[in-house]
Amino acid sequence: MSVVNTKTAPQKGRSRRRGNKAREALAAYGFLMPNFIGFVVFTSIPVVISLLMAFTEWNIFKSPVWVGLTNFKSLLGFHREAGHLVANDPFFWQYLYNTIYLMVGIPLGMASCLIVALMMNQKIKGVVVFRTIYFLPSVSAGVALLILWKYLFNPEVGLLNQVIRDAGEKIFSTPLLSIPFTIVCALVVGATIVGVIAAVFAFLQWICEKLNLLWPENLYRVLMIIVGAAIFVLIGVYGRSLFFGINSFMSTPPDWLGTVKWAKPSLIIMGLWGGLGGMNMILYLAALQGVPPSMYEAAEIDGAGGWKKFWAVTWPMISPTTFYILIMSIIGGFQSGFMTARIMTGGGPAGSTTTIEYYLYTNAFEKFNMGYASAISWFLFIVVFILTLVTWKVGGKVVTYE
Amino acid sequence: MNKLKVSTQIFLYVALILGAVGMLIPFLWMAVTSIKQPGEVFSTSGGIQWIPKHLIWHDAVIDGEKIRAWWGNYPDAWKEVNLFRLYLNSIFVACVGTIGQVGTSIMAAYAFARLQFPGRDRLFLAYLGTMMIPGSVTMIPVFVILKHIGLIDTYSALIIPGMFSAGGTFMLRQFFMSLPAELEDAAKIDGCGYTSILRQVILPLSKPAIATLTTFTFMGFWGNFMWPLVVTISEQIRTLPIGLSYFVGLHLTNYTQLMAASMMVVVPVILLFIFNQRYFVEGIKLSGLGGR
Repeated sequence: MSVVNTKTAPQKGRSRRRGNKAREALAAYGFLMPNFIGFVVFTSIPVVISLLMAFTEWNIFKSPVWVGLTNFKSLLGFHREAGHLVANDPFFWQYLYNTIYLMVGIPLGMASCLIVALMMNQKIKGVVVFRTIYFLPSVSAGVALLILWKYLFNPEVGLLNQVIRDAGEKIFSTPLLSIPFTIVCALVVGATIVGVIAAVFAFLQWICEKLNLLWPENLYRVLMIIVGAAIFVLIGVYGRSLFFGINSFMSTPPDWLGTVKWAKPSLIIMGLWGGLGGMNMILYLAALQGVPPSMYEAAEIDGAGGWKKFWAVTWPMISPTTFYILIMSIIGGFQSGFMTARIMTGGGPAGSTTTIEYYLYTNAFEKFNMGYASAISWFLFIVVFILTLVTWKVGGKVVTYE
Repeated sequence: MNKLKVSTQIFLYVALILGAVGMLIPFLWMAVTSIKQPGEVFSTSGGIQWIPKHLIWHDAVIDGEKIRAWWGNYPDAWKEVNLFRLYLNSIFVACVGTIGQVGTSIMAAYAFARLQFPGRDRLFLAYLGTMMIPGSVTMIPVFVILKHIGLIDTYSALIIPGMFSAGGTFMLRQFFMSLPAELEDAAKIDGCGYTSILRQVILPLSKPAIATLTTFTFMGFWGNFMWPLVVTISEQIRTLPIGLSYFVGLHLTNYTQLMAASMMVVVPVILLFIFNQRYFVEGIKLSGLGGR
């Protein structure tokens, strides 16, 4: 690394350049070396070993035995039993279902993040304070928060059930409060369902337009009127049982983490709380700040209202971010649920909160079925890979890039 | 954007404040519980107790009942969980690991972004490809490898596998590529070697990117749960999350102590965040650039 000799440059230009090139390459390899060694030892070689292990039976104490596709067959295959098709590993399918069920939280979380980001993107004071508060769960995420939520969800002494019980007692002591409360609940629930369906339809319509599929002009409006009417008629018909349902729910709130019915919804609720102001919200906020104001002004001149402006300007402009968050969340979703299962539920009740990742861990490090666990990890890998490819292909058509 | 209507502003504030209260209530409950008497947690009659029944500075006997000082749960939890040791371990592992990962990432990113060498693009593609591999694929073989070398249950097992990251390399490479090449050429003419170019030209210009990578790597090591659980056996080298999780397993319903321990784990991190939040926010934005 010495001074470049400018004097000899004109005569020996070529060889000097070649010498420089070699020197540059040598320096580059030097810089790369530490990272590259780590890359080989802790990524490349393990990936190969993992693939080989997936075809063996190995409990770490004995030497591995090559078993071909047996692991994959017992993981994914079916066999006939008394005339019915039965999965070789029914637990795996249950845990896969759990994992996918828990991903219901992804669209809900994204929608709530977007709403919070839209609110914080307005010209109001104190946004930084709000952003900090909303981000607190993300920054302190970890074992301590899970312990806290386990306590909050406790059926007897947890804060959540205490609040529900106290409120229920007060509200249902007099019809003056209980009837309006039921009506408000019904309206909120109905409006939420209508809103979700509206968003789904709007999303479908938007995709259809992007893919140049036929979407009749008035279909959206007609569908929404039908759905809205149907839901509110249903609520009216079942108003009585709704009243008693809410009453009994509030007087004896559920054992959130202890019952199969509520364990997964509880984890989703916790996830929504934790993610409301987290990474995705910040990403949305950054994307919203990147939309040029002139586009809103142009839309206003064309006479667009708030709702129209959102769908015509904001939503297409932030679609790359939506797409990015969606892909990353799905990839992450397939690999999640270990810490919650380990600390809060132990995977139960009845395996209802065991995810693929937790199943993999128990197979590898509790039962020491290293081969089987490797097969599970490759299943995960392939799913993630395919999903990424598909979303990439579809996303390329749907997403608007600036 | 034009000015908002007053009614819209009021609506926004109400919604945001309600949300903020919802965010803070669990934390508040954690703080309140941590200064309650151990038995107080289980009496649910008489509504929710936001203020502990007894708040005294020194242990005392009131109405024949032994009442502890409000801070009493803290030293107990500190000793029970062995928090001092856990903190030391976590800080050590996170610091060394972060220095390692950021260091190797800087060097590799510089080579990828600024130097010409045969096989560069192909190697970079290989790096990118591995970013998609789930961590659980490599976790089992790395465990087996470490077991063979006899590194299980050592600090090395906690630190070394996390010191090399394709993600960090990728992020820094993208940042280095965006720096103007002229400065570097000027340094070359002045006779700088590659090392001094990296040190004197690239690094000073990349402070924000390096700061965010450092923050994120540190948080990654700090909060990592699965890997330390896999490779640690003895109590002596457990990190905070692991130690805490064992404590939960042993004291399932000792809520006051659990909450005191949680407070001591969460509060320092929150304070750190409040003073350095710029790096968090910038880092998230940087990491999201892939989506644009």
